Parts: sequence; structure tokens; C-alpha cells
Amino acid sequence: MTIGLGHYLSVGAILFTLGILGIFLNRKNIIVILMSIELILLSVNINLVAFSTFLGDIVGQVFALLVLTVAAAEAAIGLAVLVVYFRNRGSIAVEDVNLMKG
Amino acid sequence: MILPALFFYLFAGICVASAVMVIVSRNPVHSVLYLILAFVNASGLFILMGAEFLGMMLIVVYVGAVAVLFLFVIMMLDVDFVELREGFMQYLPIGLVIGGIFVFELLLVVGGWAINPSVTKNITAAIPTNISNTEALGLVLYTKYIHYFQLAGMVLLVAMIGAIVLTLRHKVNVKRQDINVQNARTPELAMSVRKVAAGQGLQDADAAEWVK
Repeated sequence: MTIGLGHYLSVGAILFTLGILGIFLNRKNIIVILMSIELILLSVNINLVAFSTFLGDIVGQVFALLVLTVAAAEAAIGLAVLVVYFRNRGSIAVEDVNLMKG
Repeated sequence: MILPALFFYLFAGICVASAVMVIVSRNPVHSVLYLILAFVNASGLFILMGAEFLGMMLIVVYVGAVAVLFLFVIMMLDVDFVELREGFMQYLPIGLVIGGIFVFELLLVVGGWAINPSVTKNITAAIPTNISNTEALGLVLYTKYIHYFQLAGMVLLVAMIGAIVLTLRHKVNVKRQDINVQNARTPELAMSVRKVAAGQGLQDADAAEWVK
């Protein structure tokens, strides 16, 4: 049996869904939500690389590299915001995040 | 021929299983470790697809930087994670329904589509066969996509500055090194010559002043 594009896209789809599911299940724990976002970006990367390989176009890998950059930046900023929030409130529960409520 | 398929199912299976463990694990530290496992297996998938450079990048960036960052933050914050898991069961049904719809739709798309033949005629930069993946990527990234590359660098710079600005704080009651004060220090400021009377020694008041 040969592994085709569909196989990789299926893995990407399942990982994407798991990321969405993780956001739903861990609605209070923002650390796991950030990890779920990382999973979603990973699935995007798998899709990009799969298309790049099977269409014979290397540009997909270039964009996967850029997605990787954005994912790293997002994690850094997200965790920095989290640390500041924890210092101010002593909790990281997402439902408390309504400081900007008028 | 059977070996690539075997490895695909190995990597994909472990990747999906550890992704499941990331979202259901009770302890966030375990979540991070499962996230590392998922990324390592995803990098195996990348290598299987022939994107060796990206596979290695995935390990360097995610396992080396992002996952360690997560671990740092989890261990730094003193949070009761059991309390944060409340409502897990409450959200499970709706999450499963939405997730089921999502995966059904995505697999429907994956199963029912075909590539337009004209797409393969419009390849921007074909993957060369005679050079390595890293070299091929570099040849494209530093020429055709140099602006995207620099933009990515800017994104990282902004993220770095932002993270530092957000988390840096100055405590007021902490003694800090002040280079200017150190450099401005002269022998006259640092020491004084006293005449000590024989048999009396230095008086306490004088000593205190000298220390100051």
C-alpha cells in the first residue's frame, strides 16, 4: 500500500480537530489552550508540507517555516501575558479575564 | 514498499495518540511532555515526506524552545490545576459533538477532492532532485521569498521585545549594581586616613562614620 496525500491530510485533519476539542474541554486552563493552538498550527504545517511534497513545489515548505515562526512568537507572547496576568490576579482562570469590561 | 507505510502509521498513530493525551491529561506538565512527543513524531512525518529541514526545525523550535518555555511557565506559576479542570466533563459532550462534526467535514473534504491538473503546471519553485532539501529550501527562501523571511524575523523581534517588556519588572527594595556609581568612586571617597591615639583605638562613632 502506498501512502498518499490523503493519508497526511487525514492526520492533519485529526490533529486540527483535537486542537479544537482541546480548546473546548480545557476552557479554564489557558496553558492547555495555548498547547491546543500549537497543535492546530502543527496540523496546518503538516498540510502545507504534504501539499508541497505531493505537488512537487517547495514553496509550501517555505510557508510552513513562516507558520513555525508565527507559532513560536505566539507562544512567547501568550505565555508572557499569562505570567503578567498571574502576577496581577494570582490565578490563570480564563473566566476571570474580564478586566477590560466597562 | 511496506516500510514507509509502516513508519507512516507508527508516526501518525503516536502523534494522534499523544495529541489526545495533551488535551485530556490531568497534569499540565504531562501535557507538555506529550506535546513534545507529538512534535517529535510530526517531525518524523515531515522527514518521511522529504522535508528533512523542516523536520529538524520542528524539533529545534518546538521541543527546544516552545515546549521548554511552557514547562518554565507551568513550574513558575503556583496554580491549583485541579481546580482548573472543573467543568471538563460538562464541556465534553458539546466538545465531542463539535469535534465530530469538524473531523467529519474535514475528512469529507479530504476524501472527495481532486487536484486540478492545471495546478501542477503552475509550480512556483519545483523541488530539485539533485540537491538536498535544506539547500533547495535555502535557494528559494533567500531569493524569491527574502521579504517573507525578513518579515518573519521582524515578527520574532517584536515577539521577543514584547515578551521582555511584559514580564520585566523592577523591585524597589532590591540593591542593584550601579555601574556609574562604581566608576565615579575615587580613592578619596573610598578611604580615609585616621590618626589613632596610642592605647585607645578607633572610637565606635568614628568607625561607624568611616564605614559609611
